[in-house]
Amino acid sequence: MNAVPRDIHAQLLAVTRVFPGAGNQPPVNALGPIDLDLRKGEFFAVVGPSGCGKSTFLEVLAGLQRPTAGTVTFEGKPVSGEVAEGIGVVFQEDASFPWLTVWDNAAFGLRRSGVAEAEIRRRVDDALAFMGLKDFARAYPSQLSGGMRQRVCISRTLVLQPRLILLDEPFGALDAQTRLLMGDEVLRLWRSTGATVLLITHALDEAAMLADRVGAMSARPGRFIEIIDTGWPRERDSKIVAEPAFGEITARLWDRLRGESLKALGHADMTAAG
Amino acid sequence: MTRVGLIRLAVIVAMIGALELACQTGLIRHQTIIPPSEMATSLYALLASGAINADIERTLGIIVIVIAVSIVLGFALGLVIHALPRLREALDPLFATYYAVPIFIFYPVLIAIFGLSPIPIVLIGVATAVVAMIIATLNGLDRVPRVLTKVARVHRLDAVTTAMTLQLPAAAPYLFTGVKLSVSYGFIAVIAAEFILSPAGLGRDIADAYSDFNNRRMYALILFLLIIATVVNTVLHMLDVRWAERRSGGRT
Repeated sequence: MNAVPRDIHAQLLAVTRVFPGAGNQPPVNALGPIDLDLRKGEFFAVVGPSGCGKSTFLEVLAGLQRPTAGTVTFEGKPVSGEVAEGIGVVFQEDASFPWLTVWDNAAFGLRRSGVAEAEIRRRVDDALAFMGLKDFARAYPSQLSGGMRQRVCISRTLVLQPRLILLDEPFGALDAQTRLLMGDEVLRLWRSTGATVLLITHALDEAAMLADRVGAMSARPGRFIEIIDTGWPRERDSKIVAEPAFGEITARLWDRLRGESLKALGHADMTAAG
Repeated sequence: MTRVGLIRLAVIVAMIGALELACQTGLIRHQTIIPPSEMATSLYALLASGAINADIERTLGIIVIVIAVSIVLGFALGLVIHALPRLREALDPLFATYYAVPIFIFYPVLIAIFGLSPIPIVLIGVATAVVAMIIATLNGLDRVPRVLTKVARVHRLDAVTTAMTLQLPAAAPYLFTGVKLSVSYGFIAVIAAEFILSPAGLGRDIADAYSDFNNRRMYALILFLLIIATVVNTVLHMLDVRWAERRSGGRT
Protein backbone atom coordinates (compact mmCIF):
# COMPACT_ATOMS: atom_id res chain seq x y z
CA MET A 1 0.00 0.00 0.00
CA ASN A 2 1.25 3.52 -0.82
CA ALA A 3 2.19 5.75 2.11
CA VAL A 4 -0.64 8.10 3.11
CA PRO A 5 0.35 11.79 3.36
CA ARG A 6 0.45 12.92 7.01
CA ASP A 7 -2.30 15.51 6.70
CA ILE A 8 -4.71 12.89 5.33
CA HIS A 9 -6.72 11.50 8.23
CA ALA A 10 -8.91 9.01 6.40
CA GLN A 11 -8.89 7.92 2.81
CA LEU A 12 -11.24 6.06 0.50
CA LEU A 13 -9.84 4.67 -2.75
CA ALA A 14 -12.16 3.28 -5.46
CA VAL A 15 -14.64 2.22 -2.78
CA THR A 16 -17.88 0.57 -3.89
CA ARG A 17 -20.68 -1.13 -1.99
CA VAL A 18 -23.00 -3.56 -3.71
CA PHE A 19 -25.85 -5.22 -1.81
CA PRO A 20 -26.95 -8.68 -3.00
CA GLY A 21 -30.45 -8.68 -4.50
CA ALA A 22 -33.26 -10.19 -2.48
CA GLY A 23 -34.61 -13.40 -4.08
CA ASN A 24 -34.45 -13.07 -7.85
CA GLN A 25 -33.77 -9.36 -7.73
CA PRO A 26 -30.50 -8.06 -9.23
CA PRO A 27 -27.78 -6.76 -6.87
CA VAL A 28 -28.13 -3.14 -5.76
CA ASN A 29 -25.16 -0.97 -6.58
CA ALA A 30 -25.43 1.42 -3.64
CA LEU A 31 -22.17 3.30 -3.62
CA GLY A 32 -19.23 4.37 -5.67
CA PRO A 33 -16.69 4.18 -6.90
CA ILE A 34 -15.64 6.80 -4.39
CA ASP A 35 -12.26 8.44 -3.88
CA LEU A 36 -11.91 10.86 -1.00
CA ASP A 37 -9.16 12.21 1.22
CA LEU A 38 -10.36 13.54 4.56
CA ARG A 39 -7.84 16.05 5.85
CA LYS A 40 -6.82 16.02 9.48
CA GLY A 41 -9.01 18.41 11.50
CA GLU A 42 -11.34 19.43 8.69
CA PHE A 43 -15.13 19.57 8.77
CA PHE A 44 -16.49 17.70 5.77
CA ALA A 45 -20.19 17.48 4.95
CA VAL A 46 -21.88 15.10 2.52
CA VAL A 47 -25.16 16.03 0.87
CA GLY A 48 -27.16 14.13 -1.69
CA PRO A 49 -30.62 12.97 -2.66
CA SER A 50 -32.55 10.47 -0.55
CA GLY A 51 -31.32 6.90 -0.95
CA CYS A 52 -28.08 7.92 -2.69
CA GLY A 53 -25.92 5.96 -0.27
CA LYS A 54 -24.85 8.71 2.17
CA SER A 55 -25.36 6.56 5.25
CA THR A 56 -23.77 3.56 3.51
CA PHE A 57 -20.77 5.77 2.79
CA LEU A 58 -20.53 6.72 6.46
CA GLU A 59 -20.89 3.12 7.63
CA VAL A 60 -18.19 1.93 5.23
CA LEU A 61 -15.88 4.69 6.47
CA ALA A 62 -16.71 3.85 10.10
CA GLY A 63 -16.07 0.16 9.60
CA LEU A 64 -19.68 -0.82 10.23
CA GLN A 65 -19.87 -2.22 6.67
CA ARG A 66 -17.20 -3.77 4.49
CA PRO A 67 -16.69 -2.19 1.06
CA THR A 68 -17.36 -4.52 -1.87
CA ALA A 69 -14.25 -3.17 -3.57
CA GLY A 70 -11.63 -0.56 -2.83
CA THR A 71 -9.81 0.37 0.34
CA VAL A 72 -10.60 2.53 3.36
CA THR A 73 -7.85 3.72 5.67
CA PHE A 74 -7.94 5.65 8.93
CA GLU A 75 -4.67 7.11 10.19
CA GLY A 76 -2.90 4.96 7.62
CA LYS A 77 -4.42 1.68 8.82
CA PRO A 78 -7.01 -0.26 6.81
CA VAL A 79 -10.64 -0.16 8.00
CA SER A 80 -12.81 -3.10 7.07
CA GLY A 81 -15.81 -4.40 8.97
CA GLU A 82 -14.68 -3.22 12.42
CA VAL A 83 -14.83 0.22 13.97
CA ALA A 84 -11.29 1.38 14.66
CA GLU A 85 -10.25 2.96 17.96
CA GLY A 86 -10.43 6.72 17.55
CA ILE A 87 -13.62 6.74 15.47
CA GLY A 88 -16.85 7.96 17.06
CA VAL A 89 -20.27 7.79 15.41
CA VAL A 90 -23.49 9.67 16.21
CA PHE A 91 -26.56 8.27 14.49
CA GLN A 92 -29.72 9.92 13.22
CA GLU A 93 -31.95 7.72 15.38
CA ASP A 94 -32.27 8.36 19.08
CA ALA A 95 -29.59 5.99 20.39
CA SER A 96 -29.75 7.12 24.01
CA PHE A 97 -30.38 4.33 26.50
CA PRO A 98 -33.72 5.00 28.23
CA TRP A 99 -32.84 2.83 31.23
CA LEU A 100 -29.76 4.90 32.13
CA THR A 101 -29.48 8.44 33.43
CA VAL A 102 -27.87 11.09 31.25
CA TRP A 103 -24.65 10.73 33.25
CA ASP A 104 -24.58 6.94 32.90
CA ASN A 105 -25.40 7.22 29.20
CA ALA A 106 -22.36 9.42 28.71
CA ALA A 107 -20.16 7.10 30.80
CA PHE A 108 -21.28 3.93 28.97
CA GLY A 109 -18.34 3.56 26.59
CA LEU A 110 -15.71 4.57 29.12
CA ARG A 111 -16.93 1.98 31.63
CA ARG A 112 -16.39 -0.72 29.07
CA SER A 113 -12.92 0.52 28.14
CA GLY A 114 -11.34 -0.08 31.53
CA VAL A 115 -10.84 3.64 32.23
CA ALA A 116 -10.30 4.54 35.90
CA GLU A 117 -13.39 5.77 37.77
CA ALA A 118 -11.88 9.18 38.59
CA GLU A 119 -11.01 9.72 34.93
CA ILE A 120 -14.55 8.64 33.91
CA ARG A 121 -16.03 11.19 36.32
CA ARG A 122 -13.78 13.94 35.01
CA ARG A 123 -14.46 13.25 31.33
CA VAL A 124 -18.22 12.76 31.75
CA ASP A 125 -18.61 15.90 33.88
CA ASP A 126 -16.60 17.89 31.31
CA ALA A 127 -18.59 16.50 28.37
CA LEU A 128 -21.96 17.16 30.02
CA ALA A 129 -20.89 20.70 30.94
CA PHE A 130 -19.67 21.26 27.37
CA MET A 131 -22.96 20.03 25.91
CA GLY A 132 -25.06 22.03 28.41
CA LEU A 133 -26.39 18.94 30.14
CA LYS A 134 -24.79 19.41 33.55
CA ASP A 135 -28.11 20.19 35.24
CA PHE A 136 -29.71 17.11 33.67
CA ALA A 137 -27.05 14.59 34.69
CA ARG A 138 -29.49 12.63 36.87
CA ALA A 139 -32.41 12.87 34.44
CA TYR A 140 -33.50 10.02 32.17
CA PRO A 141 -33.55 10.53 28.39
CA SER A 142 -37.34 10.37 28.34
CA GLN A 143 -37.38 13.57 30.42
CA LEU A 144 -35.44 15.44 27.73
CA SER A 145 -36.30 16.95 24.37
CA GLY A 146 -35.16 15.32 21.11
CA GLY A 147 -32.31 17.83 20.76
CA MET A 148 -31.11 17.18 24.29
CA ARG A 149 -31.23 13.42 23.76
CA GLN A 150 -29.05 13.86 20.68
CA ARG A 151 -26.65 15.90 22.83
CA VAL A 152 -26.54 12.96 25.24
CA CYS A 153 -25.46 10.73 22.34
CA ILE A 154 -22.85 13.29 21.27
CA SER A 155 -21.57 13.41 24.88
CA ARG A 156 -21.28 9.62 24.89
CA THR A 157 -19.11 9.88 21.78
CA LEU A 158 -17.18 12.90 23.02
CA VAL A 159 -15.95 11.29 26.27
CA LEU A 160 -14.12 8.68 24.23
CA GLN A 161 -12.08 11.51 22.70
CA PRO A 162 -12.46 10.32 19.10
CA ARG A 163 -10.13 11.75 16.50
CA LEU A 164 -12.65 11.20 13.71
CA ILE A 165 -16.29 12.02 14.49
CA LEU A 166 -18.90 10.73 12.04
CA LEU A 167 -22.34 12.33 12.30
CA ASP A 168 -25.13 10.55 10.40
CA GLU A 169 -27.88 13.15 10.01
CA PRO A 170 -27.87 13.74 13.78
CA PHE A 171 -30.31 16.65 13.55
CA GLY A 172 -32.66 15.09 11.01
CA ALA A 173 -35.51 14.76 13.49
CA LEU A 174 -35.15 18.26 14.98
CA ASP A 175 -36.94 21.49 14.09
CA ALA A 176 -35.12 24.12 12.02
CA GLN A 177 -34.28 26.48 14.90
CA THR A 178 -32.95 23.71 17.13
CA ARG A 179 -30.89 22.44 14.21
CA LEU A 180 -29.22 25.85 13.80
CA LEU A 181 -28.35 25.92 17.50
CA MET A 182 -27.14 22.32 17.44
CA GLY A 183 -25.01 23.29 14.45
CA ASP A 184 -23.34 25.96 16.59
CA GLU A 185 -22.65 23.37 19.25
CA VAL A 186 -21.10 20.98 16.76
CA LEU A 187 -18.87 23.77 15.44
CA ARG A 188 -17.82 24.57 19.01
CA LEU A 189 -17.12 20.87 19.62
CA TRP A 190 -15.14 20.59 16.39
CA ARG A 191 -12.97 23.61 17.26
CA SER A 192 -12.30 22.57 20.84
CA THR A 193 -11.53 18.88 20.14
CA GLY A 194 -9.52 19.39 16.97
CA ALA A 195 -11.14 16.21 15.63
CA THR A 196 -11.91 15.60 12.00
CA VAL A 197 -15.69 15.73 11.53
CA LEU A 198 -17.72 14.16 8.74
CA LEU A 199 -21.37 15.14 8.67
CA ILE A 200 -24.01 13.39 6.59
CA THR A 201 -27.02 15.61 6.02
CA HIS A 202 -29.89 16.10 3.63
CA ALA A 203 -30.02 19.82 4.46
CA LEU A 204 -27.99 21.92 2.01
CA ASP A 205 -28.02 24.95 4.33
CA GLU A 206 -26.72 22.89 7.22
CA ALA A 207 -23.85 21.56 5.11
CA ALA A 208 -23.05 25.01 3.72
CA MET A 209 -23.04 26.55 7.20
CA LEU A 210 -21.00 23.94 9.02
CA ALA A 211 -18.43 22.50 6.65
CA ASP A 212 -15.03 23.48 5.30
CA ARG A 213 -15.80 21.27 2.32
CA VAL A 214 -19.11 19.91 1.08
CA GLY A 215 -19.27 16.78 -1.06
CA ALA A 216 -22.32 16.67 -3.32
CA MET A 217 -23.33 13.10 -4.02
CA SER A 218 -25.09 11.76 -7.09
CA ALA A 219 -28.25 9.65 -7.09
CA ARG A 220 -27.61 5.95 -6.47
CA PRO A 221 -24.95 4.63 -6.83
CA GLY A 222 -23.62 7.54 -4.79
CA ARG A 223 -20.48 9.23 -6.11
CA PHE A 224 -19.09 12.68 -5.48
CA ILE A 225 -20.07 14.86 -8.41
CA GLU A 226 -18.48 17.94 -6.89
CA ILE A 227 -16.61 18.88 -3.73
CA ILE A 228 -17.09 22.53 -2.83
CA ASP A 229 -14.65 24.49 -0.67
CA THR A 230 -16.75 26.86 1.44
CA GLY A 231 -13.80 29.01 2.50
CA TRP A 232 -15.29 29.76 5.93
CA PRO A 233 -12.92 30.80 8.73
CA ARG A 234 -12.47 28.25 11.54
CA GLU A 235 -14.14 30.68 13.98
CA ARG A 236 -17.72 30.75 12.72
CA ASP A 237 -21.25 30.18 13.89
CA SER A 238 -24.79 30.08 12.55
CA LYS A 239 -24.77 33.86 11.93
CA ILE A 240 -22.95 33.17 8.65
CA VAL A 241 -26.30 32.20 7.16
CA ALA A 242 -26.80 35.97 6.66
CA GLU A 243 -23.66 36.27 4.49
CA PRO A 244 -24.02 36.48 0.69
CA ALA A 245 -21.45 33.67 0.26
CA PHE A 246 -23.72 31.33 2.21
CA GLY A 247 -26.52 31.83 -0.33
CA GLU A 248 -24.05 31.30 -3.19
CA ILE A 249 -22.78 28.01 -1.76
CA THR A 250 -26.30 26.75 -1.10
CA ALA A 251 -27.42 27.76 -4.62
CA ARG A 252 -24.42 26.02 -6.16
CA LEU A 253 -25.12 22.86 -4.20
CA TRP A 254 -28.74 22.87 -5.28
CA ASP A 255 -27.70 23.48 -8.87
CA ARG A 256 -25.59 20.31 -8.74
CA LEU A 257 -28.13 18.27 -6.83
CA ARG A 258 -31.46 19.22 -8.38
CA GLY A 259 -31.08 16.84 -11.30
CA GLU A 260 -29.81 14.08 -9.03
CA SER A 261 -32.75 14.54 -6.68
CA LEU A 262 -35.17 14.28 -9.61
CA LYS A 263 -33.39 11.11 -10.73
CA ALA A 264 -33.72 9.70 -7.23
CA LEU A 265 -37.46 10.44 -7.38
CA GLY A 266 -37.73 8.66 -10.73
CA HIS A 267 -38.11 11.84 -12.82
CA ALA A 268 -34.98 11.42 -14.95
CA ASP A 269 -36.78 12.89 -17.99
CA MET A 270 -37.19 16.24 -16.21
CA THR A 271 -33.44 16.60 -15.65
CA ALA A 272 -32.89 17.21 -19.35
CA ALA A 273 -35.51 19.97 -19.32
CA GLY A 274 -33.57 21.59 -16.48
CA MET B 1 -53.53 6.85 46.63
CA THR B 2 -54.71 8.08 43.23
CA ARG B 3 -58.35 8.77 42.50
CA VAL B 4 -58.53 5.74 40.21
CA GLY B 5 -56.99 3.64 42.96
CA LEU B 6 -59.60 4.87 45.43
CA ILE B 7 -62.42 4.03 43.01
CA ARG B 8 -60.89 0.58 42.45
CA LEU B 9 -60.69 -0.02 46.21
CA ALA B 10 -64.25 1.23 46.68
CA VAL B 11 -65.52 -1.23 44.05
CA ILE B 12 -63.78 -4.15 45.78
CA VAL B 13 -65.03 -3.09 49.22
CA ALA B 14 -68.58 -2.70 47.82
CA MET B 15 -68.48 -6.17 46.27
CA ILE B 16 -67.21 -7.76 49.49
CA GLY B 17 -69.86 -5.81 51.44
CA ALA B 18 -72.59 -6.97 49.06
CA LEU B 19 -71.46 -10.58 49.41
CA GLU B 20 -71.36 -10.22 53.21
CA LEU B 21 -74.86 -8.78 53.22
CA ALA B 22 -76.22 -11.45 50.86
CA CYS B 23 -74.74 -14.22 53.03
CA GLN B 24 -75.81 -12.71 56.33
CA THR B 25 -79.40 -12.13 55.17
CA GLY B 26 -79.70 -15.67 53.78
CA LEU B 27 -79.94 -14.53 50.17
CA ILE B 28 -76.98 -16.83 49.54
CA ARG B 29 -77.15 -20.07 51.49
CA HIS B 30 -74.43 -20.73 54.06
CA GLN B 31 -73.89 -24.17 52.51
CA THR B 32 -72.96 -22.48 49.23
CA ILE B 33 -70.81 -19.51 50.29
CA ILE B 34 -69.93 -18.38 53.79
CA PRO B 35 -69.74 -14.62 54.56
CA PRO B 36 -66.34 -13.02 53.86
CA SER B 37 -66.02 -12.12 57.56
CA GLU B 38 -66.26 -15.83 58.44
CA MET B 39 -63.70 -16.66 55.76
CA ALA B 40 -61.31 -14.17 57.37
CA THR B 41 -61.81 -15.44 60.92
CA SER B 42 -61.51 -19.02 59.75
CA LEU B 43 -58.28 -18.21 57.89
CA TYR B 44 -56.90 -16.45 60.96
CA ALA B 45 -57.67 -19.53 63.07
CA LEU B 46 -56.06 -21.85 60.53
CA LEU B 47 -52.90 -19.75 60.32
CA ALA B 48 -52.72 -19.35 64.10
CA SER B 49 -53.05 -23.10 64.63
CA GLY B 50 -50.18 -23.81 62.23
CA ALA B 51 -52.25 -26.61 60.69
CA ILE B 52 -51.52 -25.52 57.11
CA ASN B 53 -47.91 -24.42 57.50
CA ALA B 54 -46.51 -27.54 55.82
CA ASP B 55 -48.93 -27.18 52.90
CA ILE B 56 -48.13 -23.48 52.52
CA GLU B 57 -44.41 -24.25 52.50
CA ARG B 58 -44.79 -27.03 49.95
CA THR B 59 -47.12 -25.20 47.57
CA LEU B 60 -45.35 -21.83 47.66
CA GLY B 61 -41.99 -23.62 47.36
CA ILE B 62 -43.15 -25.43 44.22
CA ILE B 63 -44.60 -22.19 42.80
CA VAL B 64 -41.28 -20.35 43.35
CA ILE B 65 -39.36 -23.19 41.65
CA VAL B 66 -41.81 -23.24 38.71
CA ILE B 67 -41.63 -19.47 38.25
CA ALA B 68 -37.83 -19.33 38.56
CA VAL B 69 -37.26 -22.20 36.12
CA SER B 70 -39.83 -20.83 33.67
CA ILE B 71 -38.29 -17.34 33.67
CA VAL B 72 -34.66 -18.47 33.35
CA LEU B 73 -35.37 -21.27 30.87
CA GLY B 74 -37.84 -19.16 28.88
CA PHE B 75 -35.38 -16.29 28.58
CA ALA B 76 -32.50 -18.59 27.57
CA LEU B 77 -34.61 -20.43 25.00
CA GLY B 78 -35.94 -17.11 23.71
CA LEU B 79 -32.38 -15.86 23.16
CA VAL B 80 -31.39 -19.04 21.31
CA ILE B 81 -34.55 -19.14 19.16
CA HIS B 82 -34.16 -15.44 18.33
CA ALA B 83 -30.62 -16.07 17.16
CA LEU B 84 -31.75 -18.93 14.86
CA PRO B 85 -34.35 -17.53 12.44
CA ARG B 86 -35.07 -20.88 10.75
CA LEU B 87 -35.75 -22.58 14.07
CA ARG B 88 -38.00 -19.68 14.98
CA GLU B 89 -39.88 -19.97 11.69
CA ALA B 90 -40.46 -23.65 12.46
CA LEU B 91 -41.57 -23.00 16.05
CA ASP B 92 -43.73 -19.90 15.51
CA PRO B 93 -46.94 -21.86 14.67
CA LEU B 94 -46.40 -23.96 17.81
CA PHE B 95 -46.09 -20.85 19.97
CA ALA B 96 -49.13 -19.27 18.31
CA THR B 97 -51.34 -22.27 19.18
CA TYR B 98 -49.64 -23.46 22.37
CA TYR B 99 -52.21 -22.11 24.79
CA ALA B 100 -55.06 -23.44 22.65
CA VAL B 101 -53.95 -26.97 23.62
CA PRO B 102 -55.00 -28.14 27.13
CA ILE B 103 -51.54 -29.24 28.25
CA PHE B 104 -53.04 -30.43 31.54
CA ILE B 105 -54.03 -33.65 29.71
CA PHE B 106 -50.38 -34.68 30.09
CA TYR B 107 -50.54 -34.45 33.89
CA PRO B 108 -51.63 -38.12 34.34
CA VAL B 109 -48.80 -39.18 32.03
CA LEU B 110 -46.30 -37.27 34.17
CA ILE B 111 -47.70 -38.87 37.33
CA ALA B 112 -47.39 -42.30 35.71
CA ILE B 113 -43.74 -41.57 34.97
CA PHE B 114 -42.64 -39.67 38.09
CA GLY B 115 -45.18 -40.85 40.68
CA LEU B 116 -47.00 -38.67 43.19
CA SER B 117 -44.05 -36.40 43.89
CA PRO B 118 -43.63 -32.66 43.33
CA ILE B 119 -41.86 -33.39 40.01
CA PRO B 120 -45.01 -33.78 37.85
CA ILE B 121 -46.39 -30.57 39.36
CA VAL B 122 -43.17 -28.69 38.63
CA LEU B 123 -43.09 -30.05 35.08
CA ILE B 124 -46.72 -29.20 34.33
CA GLY B 125 -46.18 -25.76 35.90
CA VAL B 126 -43.07 -25.06 33.82
CA ALA B 127 -44.79 -26.39 30.68
CA THR B 128 -47.62 -23.93 31.32
CA ALA B 129 -45.49 -20.89 32.15
CA VAL B 130 -42.32 -21.22 30.08
CA VAL B 131 -43.82 -20.50 26.67
CA ALA B 132 -45.19 -17.15 27.85
CA MET B 133 -41.64 -16.20 28.78
CA ILE B 134 -40.22 -17.45 25.47
CA ILE B 135 -42.80 -15.45 23.51
CA ALA B 136 -42.16 -12.33 25.61
CA THR B 137 -38.39 -12.69 25.11
CA LEU B 138 -38.79 -13.01 21.33
CA ASN B 139 -41.16 -10.06 21.31
CA GLY B 140 -38.73 -7.97 23.35
CA LEU B 141 -35.69 -8.81 21.25
CA ASP B 142 -37.65 -8.04 18.07
CA ARG B 143 -38.24 -4.54 19.41
CA VAL B 144 -34.66 -3.71 20.34
CA PRO B 145 -33.85 -0.74 18.07
CA ARG B 146 -31.34 -1.70 15.37
CA VAL B 147 -29.34 1.42 16.10
CA LEU B 148 -28.33 -0.13 19.45
CA THR B 149 -26.54 -2.92 17.58
CA LYS B 150 -24.60 -0.26 15.68
CA VAL B 151 -23.81 1.55 18.93
CA ALA B 152 -22.50 -1.74 20.33
CA ARG B 153 -20.23 -2.16 17.31
CA VAL B 154 -18.98 1.43 17.58
CA HIS B 155 -18.05 0.64 21.20
CA ARG B 156 -16.49 -2.64 20.03
CA LEU B 157 -18.58 -4.76 22.43
CA ASP B 158 -18.58 -8.56 22.13
CA ALA B 159 -21.83 -10.51 21.68
CA VAL B 160 -22.30 -11.32 25.38
CA THR B 161 -21.65 -7.73 26.54
CA THR B 162 -24.00 -6.45 23.84
CA ALA B 163 -26.71 -8.85 25.02
CA MET B 164 -26.27 -8.07 28.72
CA THR B 165 -25.68 -4.30 28.60
CA LEU B 166 -27.84 -3.24 25.65
CA GLN B 167 -30.27 -5.87 24.37
CA LEU B 168 -31.45 -7.14 27.73
CA PRO B 169 -32.23 -3.69 29.23
CA ALA B 170 -33.78 -2.53 25.93
CA ALA B 171 -36.06 -5.57 25.88
CA ALA B 172 -36.77 -5.39 29.62
CA PRO B 173 -40.34 -4.00 29.45
CA TYR B 174 -41.38 -6.93 27.24
CA LEU B 175 -39.47 -9.41 29.37
CA PHE B 176 -41.29 -8.12 32.42
CA THR B 177 -44.59 -8.89 30.72
CA GLY B 178 -43.30 -12.45 30.35
CA VAL B 179 -42.35 -12.51 34.04
CA LYS B 180 -45.84 -11.37 35.06
CA LEU B 181 -47.49 -14.00 32.83
CA SER B 182 -45.12 -16.72 34.09
CA VAL B 183 -46.02 -15.85 37.68
CA SER B 184 -49.75 -16.04 36.93
CA TYR B 185 -49.49 -19.27 34.92
CA GLY B 186 -47.19 -20.77 37.57
CA PHE B 187 -49.73 -20.09 40.32
CA ILE B 188 -52.64 -21.45 38.32
CA ALA B 189 -50.85 -24.60 37.14
CA VAL B 190 -49.47 -25.59 40.56
CA ILE B 191 -52.75 -25.09 42.44
CA ALA B 192 -54.73 -26.83 39.68
CA ALA B 193 -52.32 -29.79 39.58
CA GLU B 194 -52.49 -30.17 43.36
CA PHE B 195 -56.26 -29.92 43.17
CA ILE B 196 -56.48 -32.72 40.59
CA LEU B 197 -54.08 -35.19 42.19
CA SER B 198 -51.42 -34.65 44.83
CA PRO B 199 -50.58 -36.13 48.24
CA ALA B 200 -50.30 -32.66 49.84
CA GLY B 201 -50.37 -28.92 49.21
CA LEU B 202 -52.90 -26.10 49.40
CA GLY B 203 -54.68 -27.26 46.23
CA ARG B 204 -55.10 -30.74 47.67
CA ASP B 205 -56.27 -29.21 50.97
CA ILE B 206 -58.96 -27.22 49.15
CA ALA B 207 -60.06 -30.35 47.27
CA ASP B 208 -60.30 -32.32 50.54
CA ALA B 209 -62.26 -29.55 52.27
CA TYR B 210 -64.61 -29.45 49.27
CA SER B 211 -65.16 -33.24 49.43
CA ASP B 212 -65.79 -33.02 53.19
CA PHE B 213 -68.30 -30.16 52.80
CA ASN B 214 -65.98 -28.17 55.09
CA ASN B 215 -66.88 -24.74 53.74
CA ARG B 216 -65.10 -22.76 56.45
CA ARG B 217 -61.76 -24.43 55.69
CA MET B 218 -62.25 -24.40 51.92
CA TYR B 219 -63.12 -20.69 51.74
CA ALA B 220 -60.36 -19.81 54.22
CA LEU B 221 -57.81 -21.51 51.96
CA ILE B 222 -59.26 -19.88 48.85
CA LEU B 223 -59.04 -16.49 50.58
CA PHE B 224 -55.42 -17.20 51.54
CA LEU B 225 -54.48 -17.97 47.92
CA LEU B 226 -56.35 -14.90 46.71
CA ILE B 227 -54.43 -12.70 49.15
CA ILE B 228 -51.06 -14.21 48.17
CA ALA B 229 -51.79 -13.87 44.43
CA THR B 230 -53.04 -10.29 44.90
CA VAL B 231 -49.97 -9.25 46.91
CA VAL B 232 -47.55 -10.78 44.39
CA ASN B 233 -49.34 -9.21 41.42
CA THR B 234 -49.57 -5.85 43.17
CA VAL B 235 -45.81 -5.85 43.83
CA LEU B 236 -45.12 -6.77 40.19
CA HIS B 237 -47.51 -4.08 38.99
CA MET B 238 -45.84 -1.46 41.20
CA LEU B 239 -42.40 -2.41 39.86
CA ASP B 240 -43.73 -2.26 36.32
CA VAL B 241 -45.24 1.19 36.86
CA ARG B 242 -42.07 2.49 38.52
CA TRP B 243 -39.86 1.31 35.64
CA ALA B 244 -42.32 2.56 33.04
CA GLU B 245 -42.32 5.98 34.72
CA ARG B 246 -38.54 6.06 34.68
CA ARG B 247 -38.45 5.21 30.97
CA SER B 248 -41.18 7.65 30.03
CA GLY B 249 -40.10 10.47 32.32
CA GLY B 250 -43.20 10.16 34.44
CA ARG B 251 -45.50 10.39 31.42
CA THR B 252 -47.12 6.98 31.74
